[in-house]
Amino acid sequence: MATSTPARDAYAPPPGGSRQTTARSRRQTWRSRLWRFDDKASPYAYIAPFFLVFGAFGLYPLLYTGWIALHRVEMTGLNQMEWVGWGNFDKILHDSEFWTALGNTFLIGVMSTVPQLLVALGLAHLLNYRLRASTFWRTVILTPYATSVASAALVFALVFRADGGLLNWVLHFVGLGDTNWVNGHWTSKIAISVIVIWRWTGYNTLIYLAAMQAVPTDLYEAASLDGASRWQQFRKVTIPSLRPTILFTIVISTIGSMQLFGEPLLLEGGTLGATGGNENQYETLSVYLYNYGWNLGHLGPAAAVAWAMLALLLIIAAVNWLIGRFVRTSAV
Amino acid sequence: MRITRTVAGRSRRAAVLVTTGLTASALLLTGCSSDSDSSDNTGSDANGKITLTVADFGQFGYKEAGLFAKYHELHPNITVKEDVTSDEKVYYPKFLQQLNSGSGLADVQGIEVGRIKELADTKASSFVDLSKAINVDDWVSWKEKQATTADGAVIGAGTDIGPMSLCYNTELFNKAGLPTDREEVAKKVAGGWEDYLKLGEEYKKHAPAGTFFMDSASAMYNAVVSSNAKQYYDESGRPIYKDSPSVKQGWNLAAEAASKKLTQGLAQFDDPWKAALRKGTIATVACPAWMAGQISVNAGDANKGKWNITTAPGSTAANWGGSFLGVPKSGKHVDEATELVKWLTAPEQQAAVFKAIGSFPSNKGAYELPDVKNATLPYFNDAPIGQIYADEAKSIPETVLGPKDGIIKDTISTQINNMEQRGTSPDDAWKAATNAIEKVIG
Repeated sequence: MATSTPARDAYAPPPGGSRQTTARSRRQTWRSRLWRFDDKASPYAYIAPFFLVFGAFGLYPLLYTGWIALHRVEMTGLNQMEWVGWGNFDKILHDSEFWTALGNTFLIGVMSTVPQLLVALGLAHLLNYRLRASTFWRTVILTPYATSVASAALVFALVFRADGGLLNWVLHFVGLGDTNWVNGHWTSKIAISVIVIWRWTGYNTLIYLAAMQAVPTDLYEAASLDGASRWQQFRKVTIPSLRPTILFTIVISTIGSMQLFGEPLLLEGGTLGATGGNENQYETLSVYLYNYGWNLGHLGPAAAVAWAMLALLLIIAAVNWLIGRFVRTSAV
Repeated sequence: MRITRTVAGRSRRAAVLVTTGLTASALLLTGCSSDSDSSDNTGSDANGKITLTVADFGQFGYKEAGLFAKYHELHPNITVKEDVTSDEKVYYPKFLQQLNSGSGLADVQGIEVGRIKELADTKASSFVDLSKAINVDDWVSWKEKQATTADGAVIGAGTDIGPMSLCYNTELFNKAGLPTDREEVAKKVAGGWEDYLKLGEEYKKHAPAGTFFMDSASAMYNAVVSSNAKQYYDESGRPIYKDSPSVKQGWNLAAEAASKKLTQGLAQFDDPWKAALRKGTIATVACPAWMAGQISVNAGDANKGKWNITTAPGSTAANWGGSFLGVPKSGKHVDEATELVKWLTAPEQQAAVFKAIGSFPSNKGAYELPDVKNATLPYFNDAPIGQIYADEAKSIPETVLGPKDGIIKDTISTQINNMEQRGTSPDDAWKAATNAIEKVIG
C-alpha cells in the first residue's frame, strides 16, 4: 500500500496552480481526494470482516463471560442476575474438584504432548528421506487428524472397555486382561492420552516435515562431507533449524491440551462423562466447566472457570515465551 | 505507476467480493440458526398438512404402540414425528437450553418427574397451561399436582407412573437353584429389601459364572427412597437429604449390597448396562413399570421369555419416575399439539402403551379398562403386570418433590456405583456425594 502512495500523490494538482478551475482539474482534485481516501481507508475495509466477526463471536462473548462470572445466574432463569462479585471464583478455588480437574488437565497434557511431539519428530525425519510413495505415507499419517473427536473417542471407548474391550482381550493372552481402564486414575489418563496422541501426531508430523523441507540441503551435504552420521545430522542440523517450529507446536499443543474436552466427555459418555468418571479421575477443566454450567445449571461458577482457564493459558504462554527467549539467547 | 493502480483496483474488487461473500455467509449462518426445525415444521403446506414433533427420552412407547400412525389415520392432515434421546440426563440440559433460546423446541416435549418441580418453579411461563384442555381429576391425585404451578397452571399432562416391581431372569434363577415361580419369588422377598439381599446371597452361592444378582444397587436405593413421602426436600423446599431417613435406609442397603458383591456395579442406562442385559449376566433388576420396556428393548428378542416380573420386596408401595408431556408456547401449532397431548394421555392410549411396553398409566380412567386390568407382558412370560402394578399403585405415597431431585438422585447413584466398582468405603462415598450435592444445590 505504502509504495503506491507517492504514485497517487503525483496526480494531485500542484499547490498554487492555475486559479482557472477547469472542469477537468476539478475532476482531478475530486479524483485525487477519492484516491487518497481509498488509500487511507481501504486497508481498514480489508481487515474489517475479521474484526467484526471476532468482535461479535470472540471479544463480546469473552467479556460477557467475565460479567457472568461476577453474578449468580441459573440455567433455569437466564434473565435473573444477582451480583456476587468474586464469590464464584472463591467457590471454585475452594472446590477440591477444581484442583483435581486442574491436576488432571496438566497430567494428561504432559502425558499426551511429550510423546506426541517426540514421535512426530521421528516420523517427520523418516518421511523426509526419499522413499517410495511418499505422498501416500504423508496422507496416511494425516488421516487420524481428519476423523472427528466423537468417532475417535467412541472407537477408543470400545478398545478400552473393561468388559469385552479389544485391549483387554489382547492383554489376556499375556495374563493381564482385567484392567478396568476408565476406572483407574492412571489408566484412564493413559487411555485419554492415547486418543489425543493418535489424533494429533500426524498433524504435528506434517508441520515438522514442512519445516524440515525448508532446511537448505547444502547444510546436510556439508555435514556429510565432514563425516557426520545420519543421527548427528539430525541432532546438529535438523533440530536447531526446527527450533522455532518446535516451539510453535509446543505452544499449540499446550493450548490444545488445556482445552481438552471431547475425549474425556465421550470416553464413557452419559452421566459419567460429564463428571469425568465416577471419581472425577479423568475430569479436565473443560469438562468441569461443562458440568457446572450445563449439568448443574450454575452458569456463574462455570464462567469463573472459563476465566481461570484464560488466566492459566496466559501464564503458560508467558512461561513458554521466557523459555523461548532463553533458548534463543543461549543458542549462540 | 499503472501497475500499482491496476493491482490496487483488482484487490479492491477482490475485497468487495470477499466482503460480500463474508456478509452473505454471515447472513446465511444467522438465517439458518434462527430455527433449525423450520424445514420440517413450516406451518402448513398447501393442503393444510402439518407435522408435529414430539421430543422425548428413553421409551415412551408411542411408537411401539403404533399411536403416532393411528393419530395420522384419525387426522390425515397431521403427521407426528418422534425425536428420541436415549438418556434423560443428556436430554434435559439440551431441553433447558432450547427453552432459554426459544428455538429448536419440539411441539411436544417429554418431562421427567425429577425435573417437573424445577420447570414448574422456573419455566412455567414457557409452557401452555393444560388445565383447560385436560381434566386434572382424571389423573391419580399426586400425579397432576406435581405438574401444577403455584398459581394453578398445569405445565404437563401425566403419561405414566412407576409403581415398583421386581424383574428377574428365570433362566439364571433356575441355574442358581432358586425358585422361578412368581408367587414363590414374591414370598421370598415379602419381608422387604433386606430379604432381597438375603436372596442375593443365596443366588451367589450357586450363581452361574460371570453373572450377578443385580445390575446396580442404585436401583434398589431408588426403590427404597421412593417408597417414602419425604425424600430429598421438605414441604418448604429446604433440602433435607442429609438427615432424610429414607435416604439413609436406601444408602445402607446399597452399601451392604456393594460390600457383599451382589451387584455388577453398572451405571444404569449406560452402554455397558445395555450390553449386560443383552448378554444376560443380570439376575434381577428393581423394576418400576417403565423399566420393563428398557429391559425388553435392550435385552432383545434373544432373551424373550427368560424374564419374569413379580411384586416388589416389602409391603410399602413405591413410585420411581414417570413422566409428563408439556407443550412449549413457542411452537407453531400449539392448539394441535395440545390436542395431541390430550389424546396421547387419554385412558385408551395409555392402556395401549401399557400393553405394548408396560409403562403404567397415570390416568385413573385406564385402570378399569380390560387392557390394563388383565394385561400381561409376553416378553416377560406373560407376567400379569396389570394386577401387579394396580395393587402397588393404590398405596403409593404422595411425595414431596424438589427442584433438583433428578440430579441429586443421579449423584448418589454415581457414588453407589463407586462403592460397587472400587470398594470405596460407605463413609468416603457419602462424603463425596454430599460434596457433589452441595454443588448441585449451589
